[in-house]
Amino acid sequence: MGSSGGDYGLRGTLRELFSYKSGIFGLVFLLLLIFISIYAVVAIPYSEAIALWRGQEGVYLENPRNAQPSWITYFGNNLPKTIKIDSSVENAEGITKIVTQVPGSDIKLMKIKYSFEYNYDAFPSELNIFFSAEFNESAPLLKIYWKKPGNTTQIKLLDYILKSKNDKLYLSRNLKVSEELLQHTIDVLGTQPAIILPVEMSLFAAEDETMNSTTTAEPLKGIYEMTLEGTVFGEGSGVDGRLIVYGKIHGLAGTDHLRRDLTVAILWGTPIALAFGLTASLTISLLQLVLATVSGYYGGRVDSIIQRFTEIYMILPFLPILIMIAAFYKFNIWILLIVIIILSVFGGGVKSSRALVMQIKEYPYIEAAKAYGASSKRIIFLYIIPKILPPIVPGLIGSVPGYVFLEAALAFLGLGDPKLPTWGKVINDSFAEGALYKGLHYWVLEPALMLVLTAFAFSFLGFALDKIVNPKLKEV
Amino acid sequence: MAVKGFIKFIIKRAISIYIIVIIAAYLTVVIANMGGYLDTIIKGELYVSISMEIRNNPLYDGYSPEEIDKLVEERFQLEVKRLGYDTPFVIRSVVYLKNALTLDLGRAQFLSSDSGSRYVRNIILERLPQTVMLFTTATLINFVINIGIGLYLSRHYGSKLDKLFIALSPTSVIPGWFYGIFLIIIFASYLHILPYGGILSVPAPTEPIPRFLDMLRHMVLPLSSWIISNFFLGCYQNRTFFLIFSTEDYVEAARAKGVPPRQIERNYILRPALPPIITMLALTLINSWGGAIITESVFNWKGLGLLTRSAISIFDSPVLIGITIIYAYLLALTVLILDILYGIIDPRIKAKFD
Repeated sequence: MGSSGGDYGLRGTLRELFSYKSGIFGLVFLLLLIFISIYAVVAIPYSEAIALWRGQEGVYLENPRNAQPSWITYFGNNLPKTIKIDSSVENAEGITKIVTQVPGSDIKLMKIKYSFEYNYDAFPSELNIFFSAEFNESAPLLKIYWKKPGNTTQIKLLDYILKSKNDKLYLSRNLKVSEELLQHTIDVLGTQPAIILPVEMSLFAAEDETMNSTTTAEPLKGIYEMTLEGTVFGEGSGVDGRLIVYGKIHGLAGTDHLRRDLTVAILWGTPIALAFGLTASLTISLLQLVLATVSGYYGGRVDSIIQRFTEIYMILPFLPILIMIAAFYKFNIWILLIVIIILSVFGGGVKSSRALVMQIKEYPYIEAAKAYGASSKRIIFLYIIPKILPPIVPGLIGSVPGYVFLEAALAFLGLGDPKLPTWGKVINDSFAEGALYKGLHYWVLEPALMLVLTAFAFSFLGFALDKIVNPKLKEV
Repeated sequence: MAVKGFIKFIIKRAISIYIIVIIAAYLTVVIANMGGYLDTIIKGELYVSISMEIRNNPLYDGYSPEEIDKLVEERFQLEVKRLGYDTPFVIRSVVYLKNALTLDLGRAQFLSSDSGSRYVRNIILERLPQTVMLFTTATLINFVINIGIGLYLSRHYGSKLDKLFIALSPTSVIPGWFYGIFLIIIFASYLHILPYGGILSVPAPTEPIPRFLDMLRHMVLPLSSWIISNFFLGCYQNRTFFLIFSTEDYVEAARAKGVPPRQIERNYILRPALPPIITMLALTLINSWGGAIITESVFNWKGLGLLTRSAISIFDSPVLIGITIIYAYLLALTVLILDILYGIIDPRIKAKFD
């Protein structure tokens, strides 16, 4: 951008940029985004990011669903963390394991006691047990008991026969467990509760009249105990269980409805948004510039053909056509980028740059170049384009957010890249899952704020550059 | 002489604009039919549905598989002929183009209006009022705000308020629909004082006045999202625009002559600024007609934008062509009318033909 005058080298421009608040603002934001991008690409390689995002529940089985970001607890919400206790780990905290051999047989009785402290103001979101068992023919028989803090009585939750060696027991979704707990609630209240508590609530609810409904129930704090009593058959057989009490917070960004860690999408959305926005803006601006120069310099038939094209483009509705193409062909994001470039080449920029070219064409130095026999190509690419390049740089930077939002808009309509995690897709997911109705604001706000950050970074920077490069604006 | 030259210019201009409309319309026909590929999709779906129908029909239980295949093929060919898919796409595309240009919009392939009509015209007319009500109102409100505040700022240029507007003008890069999401979070999801979206409550009030008020309540958020998005940049641009006109030499001269400031503003600044302002307003009004696909999706506002979206998602090309051609005609007509209007009000253009 160094050709428009003495002070306007890169260093001079930077120095002047710092004299504008909006310039500093934009630069700081931009550096932050670049830092996040580099971190994302280094920490989670491309293929891994796709695998993580496309991986079905298996990858995330131990994450809670729709968990808020962890830092939310600093605002006074004492939300539960996920508690994991595994009896197969040697000397695991909170585990006591007693195995007794039934004399004269190869039957063993196992008793695994899980105890953990629960001191949160909210209920957990889910409870699962993941078993890992060894057996030959007969599967272990299990009895599962639950004991709340301060209570002496145990609640028997379930009789269970393992279905496989790595069986999963979804306690919160188990019908028998919920019947058992309803009976227990009726015993406590003396009547049928007004609203039946779901499993994860009744397991943790204080045992008084508050159990009457989901709105009044309060979690009981203290040490909880779950006991697995197992009968295992055969030489070398045994059973272990991994109890997971899913919390309501997870990681830096929380999780979505498929338990996916949103951090992956928030981080990876950054390089994608930057690459997409910058490539689109740069390519379109430069192509338009070349077209405008060719159109303005040659004039005549070339000019009128290019101008007619811009008029046709003016009448064609850009967004519906783009959506049509995206919906019909389901392109990935980079092919979509090419489509966007093709659909924008003859856009409004051609007309405004052409007006500039028309002025510059008459300048003496162009005349001089013609006089000493410079070729048209040389004049266009070496004399005219460098001259009108600086004034369009701010516009180029400033139009980056437009393309970032365009990608987000397509993703919002469900037409985004089928594989990559992008911010727009997260917003689309959250809307599709009714996040706003359920009060899961973090799910919408995180990608939305990243988009706002990106938009502001480029638009403030472009705005400051505009004042530097086009000093006429300074006067008014 | 001058009038004759001007009429000649307008006719030339009209012809060239019409050629552009024809090309744009043809491109739309081709794109909306995926260059003919849509035929393959529709024929495939037709074949599957006919074959399912015959196979599930107990009447044909006794038939052998070969006979059934033959039957399906016969019925399929008949249906293809009935729908006109037996002529190649290149020929049909010209017919589509002719129909579109003569505004013979025909029937929709799959969509129907809420009242049950399959005519593209009825489908579009049913959605048009909603879109006009929201987006044309938004455009007009924006226009008034921008001109008013722009003038005020240009008068108080350099003031604190002026600087604030300049500093905040980059906030307008965020599109309206995106502000809409934030507005929904604040006013619908958090404060519960305004609806999430839609046009009327369910059930809708039947009395006209409560019905109208209910509609207004639903309009608040989408309208605000567009106003917020446009606010700072719109005012800033208008302010700069007026400032450029107020630094012209003839304004200085008028000031030096002692013309009162009000009169300067009216006759020396606003008057010459009028043509570009009218152009801007006319073009944004036409643009608002097409609705806004994303904003309507965010607010579930059943206007032309959502119609376009559903037409795209089920490949209803007649509806898409219909919407585009009306838009193209309106735009072309506006450009032409503006050309004529300028010839009348702008003395500089008049002078060209003398």
